[in-house]
Amino acid sequence: MIGYAFLLILAFSAVAYFVGRSTGSRFVATAGGKVHSLPGYHGAFVALWVGLPALLLLLLWVSFQGSAIDRMLLASLPETLTAGKSASEIDLIVSEIKNVAAGRMFSQPSADIVTVAERLQGWHAIADWAMIVVAACLMIVGLVLSRRLLSPRFRARNVVERIISGLMIGCSVIAILTTLGIIVSLIYEAAAFFRMVPFTEFLFGLRWEPQIALRPDQVAGQGAFGAIPVFVGTLLISFIALLVSVPIGLFTAIYLVEFADERVRAVVKPVLEILAGIPTVVFGFFAILVVAPAVRDFSNVLGLAASPNSALAAGLVMGIMIIPFVSSLSDDAMKAVPRSMRDGSLALGATPAETMTKVILPAALPGIVGGILLAASRAIGETMIVAMAAGLIASLTINPLDSVTTVTVQIVTLLTGDTEFDSPKTLAAFALGLVLFLVTLTLNIIALQIVRRYREQYD
Amino acid sequence: MATVAEMPRETQTFTTVRTPDAAPRPVKVRGENVNVFYGAKQALFGVTIDIPEKAVTAFIGPSGCGKSTFLRCLNRMNDTIVGARVEGKITLDNRDIYDTDLDVVELRARVGMVFQKPNPFPKSIFENVAYGPRIHGLARSKTDLEEIVVSSLQRASLYNEVKDRLHEPGTGLSGGQQQRLCIARAIAVSPDVILMDEPCSALDPIATAKVEELIDELRTNYTIIIVTHSMQQAARVSQRTAFFHLGVLVEEGPTDHIFTNPIEKRTQDYITGRFG
Repeated sequence: MIGYAFLLILAFSAVAYFVGRSTGSRFVATAGGKVHSLPGYHGAFVALWVGLPALLLLLLWVSFQGSAIDRMLLASLPETLTAGKSASEIDLIVSEIKNVAAGRMFSQPSADIVTVAERLQGWHAIADWAMIVVAACLMIVGLVLSRRLLSPRFRARNVVERIISGLMIGCSVIAILTTLGIIVSLIYEAAAFFRMVPFTEFLFGLRWEPQIALRPDQVAGQGAFGAIPVFVGTLLISFIALLVSVPIGLFTAIYLVEFADERVRAVVKPVLEILAGIPTVVFGFFAILVVAPAVRDFSNVLGLAASPNSALAAGLVMGIMIIPFVSSLSDDAMKAVPRSMRDGSLALGATPAETMTKVILPAALPGIVGGILLAASRAIGETMIVAMAAGLIASLTINPLDSVTTVTVQIVTLLTGDTEFDSPKTLAAFALGLVLFLVTLTLNIIALQIVRRYREQYD
Repeated sequence: MATVAEMPRETQTFTTVRTPDAAPRPVKVRGENVNVFYGAKQALFGVTIDIPEKAVTAFIGPSGCGKSTFLRCLNRMNDTIVGARVEGKITLDNRDIYDTDLDVVELRARVGMVFQKPNPFPKSIFENVAYGPRIHGLARSKTDLEEIVVSSLQRASLYNEVKDRLHEPGTGLSGGQQQRLCIARAIAVSPDVILMDEPCSALDPIATAKVEELIDELRTNYTIIIVTHSMQQAARVSQRTAFFHLGVLVEEGPTDHIFTNPIEKRTQDYITGRFG
């Protein structure tokens, strides 16, 4: 039904557009050069007045129809169904009625339920039709009113432009509100966690054993929520990843910017972009099947003991994953250095290598650092590779051959399987997520700040 | 009337009208039958010219006439452009600069260049000037280097304006000061020749006057070749002028002669403002 409603609005708006435009053309024909706006703007003005209010109405209607009907349903339930039932039992009945009304029947429903379900179906049909009728009325009113506003000196263009810019503001506000919503939900759940586990224990505790019992009959650990080992593991793996990706990515970028000829660039750049497009879960396979055994064998040869899930393996693969980040951002930063700098250096008799190390790299350094920080925040937030290739046990170590765990892996394990939202085990995931979010946010802000300062240098 | 570039290659004539100086100076740079191509497009057609030592030679002509292209051949900056190809012979002190034996780094140390837009590095004023001496190993000690920097800034008549802030960024100077900083940077590697590609086109009249004054002082020690769009500037600063049109060197001679008594009709038309 809602689909038809949208189609109706679309069709009405199109008609309104042509009506407005023909009115505008008539103004041009009669008033000549004195018409303020082009006929198209008159059309758009009428179309917007017809389409937008109806669209808003539709959205509001859809979001409130469900709860309104639910309330009516509850009020109209016969005594025989509700007598002596608790709230959750009534909920069960309501959902059974809804199922019956939607045609999903698992058992033979009682007569009472069938009558209520039929009533519910009737209400739904009425509500849908009412929605369409009200929308149509609204559109006709909009058409009549907005057409009456049109005149040769009417500033249709200005009004349309203002409405369009309002729409664009609305779109960006949606993105911002979503972010805010995510933060608020994180803070809300994390606050619940910190009511059970002291803040200081979480931030400074050295033991992380979150798998506590959810039900009295479960056998589980006592529980400890010290996040230090988890964050140390994250930092260790991210550090290894940066150790891999920064030199490789940077040298790739330097080569591509200054030394590679066109044919090499034409091959290398797309291949790097393919690397950026590989799903992280595929990198995870690569880590488990190739890199982790290789690391283990190699350290055995050296006489070192490596665990099957080593931080080194996960870090190496994550490093490979973020190479395109580092290389393409440094490539951009170096390309942004004006050609005149390069020419000035070459004209003084500097070799390309001297020009690169003494002029281009220093000038591009803020941009490169910004790129590396963005890559770092990507590495810290990366989940799939570490979930597959790093371990689960939070051991406080900086030995890259040991198994460590990361924040993201812990969040995944805490939120899969049995969950209960009043146990610190589940809520700990939100606290971890909050801290992780703050860390990557800080890194991003620093990176953007550095990049911005860099931009000012040449303008 | 078909222009030279539109005529078929075989039928074109590339004769240059030449008027020698009354008292000829020794030749510093010589171009012989220089052709330049950017990909398939030919930008210069058989340019032959002698550029005298310790004098200012101006290249004038309408946009796209090849004057900057020829200037960039003289320190091989065209090498940095993909698809550029240079034919013919260019000599500096009778040595072919396109000879494979000659290292382009050495050449550019002897032939400095100043660009259209001031392009100081985003480093301090001191570091900007010290850049060249450092990469060429001209200074043996720190005091040596300081001496070179100070004397280069003095020669570029910038020292008095910046002596108290040598360690502030060069990009913070005014446009005219930046351009003189770039000249000081070029002087610091003690070149024989300084190429200037429209050095005043981004400057206001007062800064332009200062740079022109500087060019006049520098000519006692350096061979200067300047590309300019301003005919007044060419008349003010240069001793010899070469007029380029559509990739051909049309006429060259003493500056006062070119501006008062041009022989070629195209030169006359350009100077009197009939085209370009």
